[in-house]
Amino acid sequence: MPVATKDVLRLATVGSVDDGKSTLIGRLLVDTRLVADDHLDAVAAASERRGVGDLDLSFVTDGLRAEREQGITIDVAYRYATTPTRKLVIADCPGHVQYTRNMATGSSTADLALVAVDVAAGLKEQTRRHLVIAALLGVRALVVAVNKMDTVEWSRTAYERVVAEVGALAAVLGAAPVVAVPVSALYGDNVVERSARAPWYEGPTVLEALEASDAGAWERSCGARLPVQWVLRQPGGGRTYAGLVSGEALRVGDAVTLLPAGVETSIRSIRYGGRALDEAAVGIAADVELDDETDAGRGDLIATAPLPRVTRELEATVCWFGDEPLELTGRRLRLKHTSRTTPVRVRAIEGLLDVGSLEVADAEALATNEIGFVRLATAEPLVVDDYREDRVTGGFVLVDEASHATVAAGMVGRPPFATARR
Amino acid sequence: MTALAPPATAPGLDHLDALESHALFILREVVAECERPVLLFSGGKDSAVLLHLAAKAFAPQGLPFPVLHVDTGHNFPEVLDFRDRAAARLGARLLVARVQDSIDRGRVADPGALASRNRLQSVTLLDAIAEHGFDAAFGGARRDEDKARAKERVLSFRDEFGQWDPRRQRPELWRLYQGRVNPGEHVRAFPLSDWTELDVWQYVARERLDLPSIYFAHERPVVRRDGMWLAVGEFVQPRDAERVEVREVRFRTVGDATGTGAVLSGARTLEEVVAEVAAATVSERGATRGDDRFSETSMEDRKREGYF
Repeated sequence: MPVATKDVLRLATVGSVDDGKSTLIGRLLVDTRLVADDHLDAVAAASERRGVGDLDLSFVTDGLRAEREQGITIDVAYRYATTPTRKLVIADCPGHVQYTRNMATGSSTADLALVAVDVAAGLKEQTRRHLVIAALLGVRALVVAVNKMDTVEWSRTAYERVVAEVGALAAVLGAAPVVAVPVSALYGDNVVERSARAPWYEGPTVLEALEASDAGAWERSCGARLPVQWVLRQPGGGRTYAGLVSGEALRVGDAVTLLPAGVETSIRSIRYGGRALDEAAVGIAADVELDDETDAGRGDLIATAPLPRVTRELEATVCWFGDEPLELTGRRLRLKHTSRTTPVRVRAIEGLLDVGSLEVADAEALATNEIGFVRLATAEPLVVDDYREDRVTGGFVLVDEASHATVAAGMVGRPPFATARR
Repeated sequence: MTALAPPATAPGLDHLDALESHALFILREVVAECERPVLLFSGGKDSAVLLHLAAKAFAPQGLPFPVLHVDTGHNFPEVLDFRDRAAARLGARLLVARVQDSIDRGRVADPGALASRNRLQSVTLLDAIAEHGFDAAFGGARRDEDKARAKERVLSFRDEFGQWDPRRQRPELWRLYQGRVNPGEHVRAFPLSDWTELDVWQYVARERLDLPSIYFAHERPVVRRDGMWLAVGEFVQPRDAERVEVREVRFRTVGDATGTGAVLSGARTLEEVVAEVAAATVSERGATRGDDRFSETSMEDRKREGYF
C-alpha cells in the first residue's frame, strides 16, 4: 500500500467558556469516527460517574481530573484528525480569562481559528478578547460555528445577528476568509453530518469548511529565512548550518546574507537528513553549506532579500503572562528570538490595548493577561522582521531570569487595528 | 501585503516531512539549550523512531547525548536484542537503569515476581536523572496516546521532585522552545508530540526502519486475561481457569511484559501493519495496556509522579 501524503492544517478553538468549544471538537472527532471505541467507552463511563448524561462530548478533550470535576478546559488539548487530503492538528483551547496564556500557546501555531459562539448569548467579551489575541498571533482564517442553534429553534434571524457581529469584528481585525456555519454541537447538526433543521442554510458543514480552507496560502513579501540552530562539521573540514526554513523556500545558488554580521555569500549546497536537495521548502529542517568561509554559529540568520533588519531596539506588542505586573523596574528578563537568547530591558511601556474598543490607553504597567505596546532594548543585536511579515523572525518570548518561566509572548511591530484613544 | 501573519505550516508540505522536520528542529534546539540531555529508549517503536531522528538531526556526527533504558526486568528478549543492536549500530552510549536495583536498595517496594513494575519505573528514572545530572530527557511519548498526554507541552517542565503540574505548565509560544531550568529541575522533551500511531508506522515504512520482531505477526502461546491476550512465558503464567492457546498475534506497544497485551493479527509486513493500524477501532493503549484501566486518570497520576 503506498503511503498517502497529506498536508497539515493546524487549527485552534476560540471562544468563551460554555459556548461549547470542547463539545464541538468532541462532536467532530466522534462523528468522523476518530475517537477509538475504548476512549468513547471511557468518556461514557466518566459522564455517568459525574452525572452529566450518557455522553459528555467535552470529555473527549477535557482529560484532566480537575477539568472534568469543574466542567471547564484548563489547558490546551491536542487532538488529531485526518480527512482524505488533510491531517488536522486541533488545539482545543481554554475559554477562561485566567488561562489566556494557554489559549495563546494553542493559537500561536495555528493557521485557522475555529470559533464557537453561543447563538443565544451572542458575541461575548471573552470571545472578542480571544479573536483579538488570535488576530495578534496571526491567525487569519476563521470558521465560525454559531452553536446551540437548537436552543433558538434554528432561527435564521438569530444566526444572522451573530454572523454580522463576528463579521464586523473580523473585518476590523483583518481576518479573512470568514466562513460561518449554524450548528448544534450537542446534537451533531452541521458539524460532520448535514442537518435538515436549517433548510435555509446552503453552506458547508464545519468539517467541509476545514477541508476546503486555504489557510495555508499566503502572499509572501519577505525573503527566505534560516535561523542557525546548530553547526554540523562535515567530513573533509566543511561546515553546514542547520535550521528550519521560514518565509520562502531556499535554493542552491541563492544569494544570501549572513546576519547580523552582514556577510554576503551564496548557498553552495542544501542537505536534508543526509540527502542533497536543490530546494528546501518552508518548514524543512535543512542544513546548508555556504560558498564563503564564515564564522556563523547558533543565533545567526541566513536570509535572502528583502532582508530583515538588525537592531537592538524593538517596538513590540506583548501579551503579559507573569504573575507580577510588567514594569520598567520589574524583574530581570531574557528574550528568546529564533535561536538567540539575550538579556533585555523594558525601555518604555507605550500603551495598553483595550480588547473591547481596540483603543490604546496610557499605562505604567501590564497586569497578567494584558496586551500592551513596549519598547525594548537588547544586549545583543537581533535580526527581525515585522511579525506580520514572518512569524518566525517576528515572534519572541520573554523569560524570567530567576525562575526561567516564560512570562510574555512578544511580536515585533504593532497590529494595524489598534487605534489611539482620543 | 496581506493583513495578518503568514501560516505556521507550509502549504502542500507532505505530513511526514512536516512531522520529521519539526522533530529534528526540537532535537537540535534542546541539545543547544540544555547542558546534559539524554534520550529515553525503551526499544519500542516510538523510541526507535526517536533514535533514528536523533541520528538524522546530528549526522554526520554521532549522537551528542547518551541513551537511557529504564529496565523493568520484565522484558521481551526480542526487545533487548533490538535495544543492543540499535544502540550499537549508531555507536550510542547505552545506559541502563534497573528497577530491580531500586527494589534492592529499598527505594521502592517489591510488588512480587509476576506483578507489573510499570509504575515503579518513575522512581528508577528520576534517580537516574539525578545521578547523572541530566537537565533534559527526550521521550517518544505522543499526544494521541492518552488524554493526559494530549495536554502536555513539547518541552514539559519537571520540578526538583520530578513532578509534572498540569495546572502550571509553561506557556509554549510558536516553536520557541525554552528549556532552561534551575539545578535539580529538568525538562522532558517530546519530539513526536504531534505524531499519531499511524504517522509512526507510515514513517517506519517510508524509512524502512528496523524494529523488534514482536511488532509483526507471529505465533505464540497466549492466555486471555482482563480482555487482553498476554504472552505466556517467564513473566506470565496461566492462572486457574485460563487456557493456553497458540494464536497468531503481534504487539502494538512494548512495555512491562507482565501487563502488555498482544493483538490478534496477521500483519507480517510493514505495509500490512500500516493497513491494520489505519483500520483499527481500538486505541493502542486500550488494546494492550492493563495498567491504564485501573482509573480514569491513571496516566495523569503517573505523570504527576514523574513517569515518562
